[in-house]
Amino acid sequence: MEVTKVTNATRVFKIGEIETKALRGVDLSIASGEFTALVGPSGSGKTTLLQLIGLLDQPTTGNVIINGQDATNLNRNQRADLRKDAIGFVFQFFALIPTLTAYENVEMPLLLNGTKPAQRKARVNEMLEAVGLSDRGHHRPDQLSGGQQQRVAVARALATNPKLILADEPTANLDTENGKQVMDIMQKLNKETGVTFVFATHDPRVISYARRVVTLQDGLITKDLWVH
Amino acid sequence: MNLFKLAYRNLGRNKTRSLLSALAVAVGMSLLLLMVAMLEGEMRGALQNTIRLQSGHLQIRSASYDENKISLKWEDLIENPDQVVEKVKSLPQVTVVAPRLIASGILTLSDESKGVQILGIEPDSAANQPFRDGMVAGEFLKADDREGILIGVILADKLKLKVGDTVNLLVTTSNGDVDEQLFTIRGIFTTKTPGFDESTVFMPLAKAQAITATENHISTIFVLLQNSEQAEPVAQALKSDNFKILTWQEQNDFVVQFEDYANAFFFFLYLIVLGITATVVTNTLVMAVFERTREIGILAAIGMKGRGIMAQFLAEAALLATGGVIGGLIIGGVMVYFATVKGFYIGDFGVTGILFEERIYAHLTLGNTINLAIITYIITLVASLYPATLAARMEPVEALHGG
Repeated sequence: MEVTKVTNATRVFKIGEIETKALRGVDLSIASGEFTALVGPSGSGKTTLLQLIGLLDQPTTGNVIINGQDATNLNRNQRADLRKDAIGFVFQFFALIPTLTAYENVEMPLLLNGTKPAQRKARVNEMLEAVGLSDRGHHRPDQLSGGQQQRVAVARALATNPKLILADEPTANLDTENGKQVMDIMQKLNKETGVTFVFATHDPRVISYARRVVTLQDGLITKDLWVH
Repeated sequence: MNLFKLAYRNLGRNKTRSLLSALAVAVGMSLLLLMVAMLEGEMRGALQNTIRLQSGHLQIRSASYDENKISLKWEDLIENPDQVVEKVKSLPQVTVVAPRLIASGILTLSDESKGVQILGIEPDSAANQPFRDGMVAGEFLKADDREGILIGVILADKLKLKVGDTVNLLVTTSNGDVDEQLFTIRGIFTTKTPGFDESTVFMPLAKAQAITATENHISTIFVLLQNSEQAEPVAQALKSDNFKILTWQEQNDFVVQFEDYANAFFFFLYLIVLGITATVVTNTLVMAVFERTREIGILAAIGMKGRGIMAQFLAEAALLATGGVIGGLIIGGVMVYFATVKGFYIGDFGVTGILFEERIYAHLTLGNTINLAIITYIITLVASLYPATLAARMEPVEALHGG
């Protein structure tokens, strides 16, 4: 079953009179349970493609379908609703809210989708345990290491049980050991829960975890390989 | 996670800035409290003063009397007022009734002269208590005194007069002639009202009637009531074809107009103060929005809608407003307390027709305090609408790349 499908998507950025074509007509289908890497050099369009799939941005032309629903023409609020219910994000920078504890950061998406307090508490504890941070729930981000912060971000992305997790350069700011820990956790969760992971990266260590590697260059998919 | 708990933590990120913003709201509100209290106190004081010294709660005059001309013609005056005075005294609301003769004159010394208003009074009347209490030198008048007058302290200073000095007083009489006589200054009074103290001369009613050739006539019957709300019903009760009954509102319409004018003028001052306060709040929150652009992107990415993001900034503004209003009540309360107890010296304010005291005292009502607190709160929230909207309208993808 397809979790997301991108059809003939282009994305043109216009700054003044200058147009930059970040995507030039991309077709991509991601099935449930995939662990897929979007790779390519800087400026190849992999982050732009991830943002289109994540409904953070809209294609100039083409379509984006999430869980069978065409999201191309949804308004801001409808896209926010779909993101809340269907997509989790892990960013390159440790994208936690600094005034919230690890527990509260993981709890935030559950608050947004109206999960009841008892279920919320159980789910936050479950997710913190899944990323090995049960004992760090009451720590603020500045009291956690980079690796721990990124694991909290993974827990937050998975808190609402979305079908799709998008990770943009998830290990770029981590050392080898912490990067490996984060990738191991994502791989484990993918296997155990069947949640789909798509990550943009150019880190060979991360690529080695992927079962499917989609290569972009100059806004086009140039290779699409299943490696395991 | 409570919205206000999160807002409190966000404000705590930059404690100095948040405190300064709340302080700006507090200072703005305290200034407003002081301005409103001073204006209220000034107008209230002026009105009470005017009623106490000049207009009374009611005045009864002959139907044809023109107060602007200070007419002394017999047909414009009340003849044999005793019967009317007794009738007025019989009303339960009435506390003081005093017949008075009002004339104009010129006080002359060897090289100086000064136009004055002469008030012929019954010296023993309770209506004269403010003047009796305000004696700064000499003695109060006696009813049978035929040569004595009282003058105000400012008039005495200007003409360098003291108790016991003799002055010449020129008076227009009822038939249009001018009469003059030497008078001895028996006493000097102050009402702390420069406009009154500079231009008023008291003499016994009988003497005033004699020198103006008005015999048994008076210009007006000065009436004080238990309270000012009784003026209208008592005026109705005394209604007569021969007399006109003027309430304190009718006599002091200029004070009321002046108050309206002052209110309009102060309204612009309030707007300026609130505008400055609002600018500080807007500036603080705009800075917060730009500092937290990436966080706004994160919140949007995990599904928070624009209105949720907006609510976050409005909650921060609400906390700033709450702190500012509480601070404003404390700072403003202290300022108003001192202005109420000590007052401000303004000297001779010099508005013809209004008896401003030389020192004005603040008067703050609960209604004004509540209104100002609500206005300050609302203005602070309104000031946060722009930054809150700015945050809510950020495109997630652009916000994520900001900060």
